[in-house]
Amino acid sequence: MLDYILRRVLLLVPVFLAVSVIIFLILHLIPGDPVDNLLRVGSNAEARARIEAKYGLDRPLVVQYGIWLANLVQGDLGSSIITRRPVSTMIAQVLPNSLMLGGFALLFSTIFGVIFGVIAATWRDRWPDQMLMGGVLLGSTLPSFWLGLLLILTFSVQLGWFPVSGARGWESLVLPVLTIGLGGMALVARVTRVAMVEAAGRDFVLLLHAKGLSPTHIRLRHVLRHAMIPVVTILALRIGWVLGGAVTVEYVFARPGLGLTLIKALAQHDYPVVQACLLMLAIAVMLGTLLGDILQALMDPRVRSALT
Amino acid sequence: MSLARSLSSVVRALRSPKGGISGAWLVLVVLGAIFAGVLTPFDYDVQDLPGAFVAPSATHWLGTDEFGRDLLTRILYGARTSLSVSSIAIGLSVFTGMVLGAAAGYLGGAFDRAVTIFVDLTWSFPEILVALILVAIIGPGITGTMAAIGVAYLAQFTRLTRAQIMAIRSETYIEAARSVGASGSFILFRHLLPNALAPVLVAAMLATGDAIILEATLGFFGLGAQPPTPSWGAMMSSGSALLFKAPWIIIFPGLAVAVTVIAVNLFGDALIHALDIKTRLREV
Amino acid sequence: MLLSVENLTVRIGKVEPLSGLSFTLDRGEILGLVGESGSGKSLTAMAVTGLLPLIGGRISAGSVVFDGTDLAALPEARLRPYRGKRIALVTQNPMTALDPVQRVGDQVDIMARLHLGMDAKAARARTVDLLNRLRIPESRTVCDAYPHQLSGGMKQRIVIAMALAAEPDLIVADEPTTALDVTVQAQIIHILGELVRERGLALMLITHDMGVVAQVCDRVAVLYAGRLAETREAGPLFARPRHPYTRALIDCIPREGMAPGSLTGIPGLVPSVAQYPAGCRFHPRCLHADAACQQVPEARPQADGGSVSCHHPMEADHG
Repeated sequence: MLDYILRRVLLLVPVFLAVSVIIFLILHLIPGDPVDNLLRVGSNAEARARIEAKYGLDRPLVVQYGIWLANLVQGDLGSSIITRRPVSTMIAQVLPNSLMLGGFALLFSTIFGVIFGVIAATWRDRWPDQMLMGGVLLGSTLPSFWLGLLLILTFSVQLGWFPVSGARGWESLVLPVLTIGLGGMALVARVTRVAMVEAAGRDFVLLLHAKGLSPTHIRLRHVLRHAMIPVVTILALRIGWVLGGAVTVEYVFARPGLGLTLIKALAQHDYPVVQACLLMLAIAVMLGTLLGDILQALMDPRVRSALT
Repeated sequence: MSLARSLSSVVRALRSPKGGISGAWLVLVVLGAIFAGVLTPFDYDVQDLPGAFVAPSATHWLGTDEFGRDLLTRILYGARTSLSVSSIAIGLSVFTGMVLGAAAGYLGGAFDRAVTIFVDLTWSFPEILVALILVAIIGPGITGTMAAIGVAYLAQFTRLTRAQIMAIRSETYIEAARSVGASGSFILFRHLLPNALAPVLVAAMLATGDAIILEATLGFFGLGAQPPTPSWGAMMSSGSALLFKAPWIIIFPGLAVAVTVIAVNLFGDALIHALDIKTRLREV
Repeated sequence: MLLSVENLTVRIGKVEPLSGLSFTLDRGEILGLVGESGSGKSLTAMAVTGLLPLIGGRISAGSVVFDGTDLAALPEARLRPYRGKRIALVTQNPMTALDPVQRVGDQVDIMARLHLGMDAKAARARTVDLLNRLRIPESRTVCDAYPHQLSGGMKQRIVIAMALAAEPDLIVADEPTTALDVTVQAQIIHILGELVRERGLALMLITHDMGVVAQVCDRVAVLYAGRLAETREAGPLFARPRHPYTRALIDCIPREGMAPGSLTGIPGLVPSVAQYPAGCRFHPRCLHADAACQQVPEARPQADGGSVSCHHPMEADHG
């Protein structure tokens, strides 16, 4: 198992490099001189020279990438053009907020998604299923920022239960988690339902019934267990989607985090910050898929044997 | 798939209650977008500051925004932006994806591997992230948004086309065509692509729904169509600061997005049903 | 009589894939239920084990009297105590019969824990004992294996162990050897036969292989297109088949000393449920059919205890 995890981590290295090349290239693909893009308008020649020296901007692109990557590995993400603070400090400040939001949203989506998926699969094609699947369609088609705004309108403006924005205290977490979570829940519920229905049709389920086990036992101990394997796979693949949701929702709720920092930086052309935020999000996506693979191997002995 | 057959599938999809209602809404939105100029007596960009923040009324059915512009008019014009940007972007994406996917599936070898690596790479990243990278490079605006959406969904269509081609390629009638000496491009254009078309087009339909949301999201971030061009996302962006004062500014454009996206999804579902291609979409 | 099936009729939606099936089975007996695929054999197994609702079917007429109780009349909740505990099922394909993500030992243990009230330790001891008796080597290690780590024959033995674990009175084995290698087939059939003799079980062996039937069965019921063609003691049935279809099936068994290529098949195919012909359902494929065969044949009781549903039963020994 440890061997497997190690191998999966090693497999991520080329992916990481490919992504880092793309993110590195952003600076060179945008119109204009990279030096100008790294400086505040009206900076003097001395500052230009400093930046040029630091990033080796007068040298070939490959060397520049090498320098950039070396800095990156050492935790040097450059300095923000606007605030002049080290980007790593900015990221370190907002990352916990984003992680908390993403983590809770994932937890919320998984727990309620699985519960609703099981209910829908159990009463398949009858009213609980139809109602839940209607909700799922809504949940997966409403734009998340709009859902967030509606929640603010209802619970913050009208009812005054939760703060409109910010990241102070657990109250400020409820609506953002709900906004991302409802969409995630819809996805998990849909996948769980399909996987349950598919698993319930397998041969071995017939034999479980023939063994005299109760339908509830069969559904929860065997069918659900099987259904969870594709659910975990999809969740891991879509962990990026939760992060995507986090970007939007942070912006809506003005919640300090990676997403809000990224959108602001994009609007202000603060490229070092943009690069760092995109890189963090990409790493999170990669770690998510890694986690999913490991969980899948833990849940399915067949996957484990295929590894050894 | 012949033209007649595809038309009859669309008709069959429209006959189901789900497809009928959603189809009707889509036609309504498209007509509204086309005739936005004559449907209301207002202009989308003429400001009337004393008439700002008017709640929905008999004159302004959906109210006015912070500059006193009629919201219904702006939503109709917004439909123009949102629908055209998303459908053009998806159209480009489908075309490029089909060319890449067909070439990869048909040629195989190193080209196929390169395409697969690219597809796998973008596939695992959320569309919004891919889109934001593109916007970072190209810059905000309609062109940036189109490119962002187009690239964000490229992986999906490439993958789908490639899978279809691979599946059909080994079927007997292709072998038969090859054995009687049909040329490679003849087989590709006469047999392979037409058969891969139906699932890809339905996937494109469903992706257009997602693209409308993505367009609105980028617009909401202020990275989409720039003022004064009205787009659904941008309208809500300015409205979000006015949540207390004039909630209708965000409610109605959002409703337009939501209902349209739901209609696209329902119609796509009905189409899948009518074409009977559920399994082929699921293979991917 | 342990099991007595009378006029069993099964409906799935609008179709009636099984009509008017009757047979009996007692302890210590092996009944072979024979027929080509699509003849309703597996449905009979599902009906006897009460699993029809799972595939959307139901018993629409007739009775399945097991040890004095008509199972066809019982609601699902009252039926469950019979399943596994008194009537066990061995399914067709051992490759897909076991839960792939649960250790096989646990899958057998649950039977003793559920039906005999044993604790985990006692149940495991019993499982190991059972596996030993089914001649599974290193049974303790096997208990910790997952199904995909075992061979097909081994898996089928696990399924049989599962069936035996709660000491049932009746085992319904639906094509237990079809998916296995020929050598393993013989072993499994031998094991099943032994169990019946040793423990006084009743075994309903469903198969399309007349060779297997000839080896172990005491009595035979031949199904054709959802109806009973003929049922009798195995000896007389093989010696003097009365139904032309039985006769044709027997002729399909390869025998020693046969000229290569002389194996006969039955011309035509079993009709699908939607296309059952009127009258005797075998008549389109029957060499002896005439106008009378347009009528549904009655089941005619025979002097030697069986019954034949044919307008023109074969009299003489054709062997």
